[in-house]
Amino acid sequence: MTQDHGAQDIVLRLTNITKRFGALLANDGISLALRRGEVVALLGENGAGKTTLMNILFGHYTADEGEVEVFGQKLPPGLPGAALRAGVGMVHQHFTLADNLTVLDNILLGTEPLWRLSLGRGAARRRVARLSQEFGLAVDPDARVGALSVGERQRVEILKALYREARILILDEPTAVLTPQESEALFDTLRRMVAQGLSVIFISHKLHEVMAASQRVLVLRHGRLAGEVATADTSREALAEMMVGAEITPPAPSPARPGAVRLRLAGVVTPPQGTRPGLRGIDLDLRAGQILGLAGVSGNGQGALADLLSGLEAPQAGRMELDGVPVRQWSPRAALAAGIGRIPEDRHRTGTIADFSLTENAVLETYARPPVARRGLMDWRAARRAAQDLIEAYDIRCPGPEARIRLLSGGNMQKLILGRVLEAGPVVILANQPVRGLDIGAVTYVQDRLIAARDAGAAVLLISEDLDEVLTLSDVVRVICDGRLSPEFPRGSKTPAELGQWMAGAGVDHAA
Amino acid sequence: MTELFDILMQASFWAAVLRIASPLIFATMGELICERAGVLNLGIEGIMVIGAFTGWIAVYAGLGLWPGVGVALLAGMAFGALHATLTVPFGLSQHVVGLGITLLATATASFAYRLALPEVTSPPRIEPFAPLHIPGLSDLPWLGEALFSQTALTWAGFGLAGMVAFVLYRTPLGLALRAAGENPQAVAAQGLSVTGLRMGAVIAGSGLMAVGGAFLTMSAFSSFFFEMVNGRGWICIALVVFGAWRPGKALLGALLFAGFDALQIRMQQTPLGQVVPYQVFLMVPYLLSILALILMSRRAEIPAALMTPFNRGER
Repeated sequence: MTQDHGAQDIVLRLTNITKRFGALLANDGISLALRRGEVVALLGENGAGKTTLMNILFGHYTADEGEVEVFGQKLPPGLPGAALRAGVGMVHQHFTLADNLTVLDNILLGTEPLWRLSLGRGAARRRVARLSQEFGLAVDPDARVGALSVGERQRVEILKALYREARILILDEPTAVLTPQESEALFDTLRRMVAQGLSVIFISHKLHEVMAASQRVLVLRHGRLAGEVATADTSREALAEMMVGAEITPPAPSPARPGAVRLRLAGVVTPPQGTRPGLRGIDLDLRAGQILGLAGVSGNGQGALADLLSGLEAPQAGRMELDGVPVRQWSPRAALAAGIGRIPEDRHRTGTIADFSLTENAVLETYARPPVARRGLMDWRAARRAAQDLIEAYDIRCPGPEARIRLLSGGNMQKLILGRVLEAGPVVILANQPVRGLDIGAVTYVQDRLIAARDAGAAVLLISEDLDEVLTLSDVVRVICDGRLSPEFPRGSKTPAELGQWMAGAGVDHAA
Repeated sequence: MTELFDILMQASFWAAVLRIASPLIFATMGELICERAGVLNLGIEGIMVIGAFTGWIAVYAGLGLWPGVGVALLAGMAFGALHATLTVPFGLSQHVVGLGITLLATATASFAYRLALPEVTSPPRIEPFAPLHIPGLSDLPWLGEALFSQTALTWAGFGLAGMVAFVLYRTPLGLALRAAGENPQAVAAQGLSVTGLRMGAVIAGSGLMAVGGAFLTMSAFSSFFFEMVNGRGWICIALVVFGAWRPGKALLGALLFAGFDALQIRMQQTPLGQVVPYQVFLMVPYLLSILALILMSRRAEIPAALMTPFNRGER
């Protein structure tokens, strides 16, 4: 193929896309072109505008300026139907599947004219089987989607697009929910698609995946195109710099000096709740001055363990000891009194009360005690002072202590929660996904503070679905799978692929 | 116990069951369509009143019976359109809007009645639907009276239940409707209009509710009273839950409730009725419905996005 064919090979062209949400400029004059048979990675921090851009392309949002061209035809703005018909398929970060319908029905949805008298399930089932075979996307067409694993659901989403004969596939953070092995399988599917002349846009903020799966990288920063490079000509470090706009130094914790066991779980069992597994007899020691990282695919018991430590749930069987003393009454209040600092997974829903002020949120865990409460009455001046101290000590960017917490960015909200936990002088810190959705600046800040807390003698349990994060921060790693724990692996003793085996369930049955 | 057996042996009892079930079937199917698409329609009680009134007044004004049913259908769809506009594109609380529609529709019927018939003390009668004579079947001894002495509207109701089931489970439209009630994002991502689907479902469903109301004035009785709907709309909402959002089971529920109702009327005439106050009998179908509801709906799969408004482009 010669260079002259270059222009004809362009399957998708975005020209000068601009989108505002109120005062926020989410996309600022972004242009890009996608060629036939290539994987382009769209790289950027959270909030850089990647997802917004793709939602404009797909017609979920309308751009304030600019236009989208697919196979040389201009797309009418704001119509997902038009994008679909033009051959664009999108796999959203949050899957758009109906749990109570079968795989086949989810794939069929919207593919036939509404007023037809038949769904044509038979022919559809045969086509889905053929596509599964061709692209390596094994899934049972008659299973209810609600009963599938996350990886299987993603395959259904990709099948949906392929069933509609999409020629351009957009994948929004596709690996966020997968084990390393599942990610490998996904990349294999992508390679098969590209080999058949399809084009893929792959949104990610994970550098190693971008390096592994793409031919070309576009970097977005603060809503602008910050750079475009061929993957072969760049490195992780160069991409990271382009992404943040400055050189970054990942935290490099000094070796830990582990002390006494502060919290011990022995044979602890908690009941499953709905589709969420419980704990199935786990032993866990959290030592002073040590970060224990818990890796695992989401939904394997992390929630149950976090609820247990937070005091939201009590063990059904097994022992729980704090500093060697068995725990009898266990409740959120007891957990607080025992000195367990809690950074919850969902900072919006359980970490803060969105319409309360910073002041009110700052004292959520101490409101009933002096100095915030005196003789049963709130001392708002003391509360405000506490909030003001947090704002200064943790560099929380906000209009002031009376601002509603809803107005803060995720990073600043997390700093408030972090400050609230650390200022209480915790014995044990439960950090559940402490940096999810934060930009690199805030990530580094939170991680540095957790390391500092460790060095000050706290026992830290770090729960994260991001294996890189677990490996960077943890002195000891354990893997959770289906409510059971792997043995302890000291820092550096296992490769990500080996941990991936444990995450996928190999061997965990024999542990605990 | 012999009294109970005697009642069950009466052909007129079974005829009454089918008659009492008919308005419930129409309205339950209407509510089921709305809820399957994700919208709870609490306007049902008022929309049944409007249907009962408009169908009856149209026939009184000189229209034929079937055109009268058509008028009721359109009146129901009009209130459905109002409900749909407020709850779907505007995303207002479905509870508040639904109760509001019930109050508005009931009051509108009352107001229109006074405007149309200012001087009347007792409402005029119309000539209602006559039982449909099915050659052969209707002439069977006992069975003919028990099962084949119904009006065409009753048969339409049974046909409707089958049609709703077919559309929901066998056609692309039904799949799209169910998906709109399960996960509207999935519908939007496939390029369909959630707003269009939901509004269509609420409007069509409301039309059916009104036909259910019209059955009361045009087939069961021959005149219009304000109290005649008498909570049937609320019963239909319970029947949808009882039927686990499935047309077949909901139809069964309607027949069961009608059976209890027909039974209690007849039990009042027995010696037991001399001792027990009649109000107790009136309670029986409701008590048994609650019991059945508890037993039947424990494992029901409620549409996951029921009562969740959908806003595209929200962040």
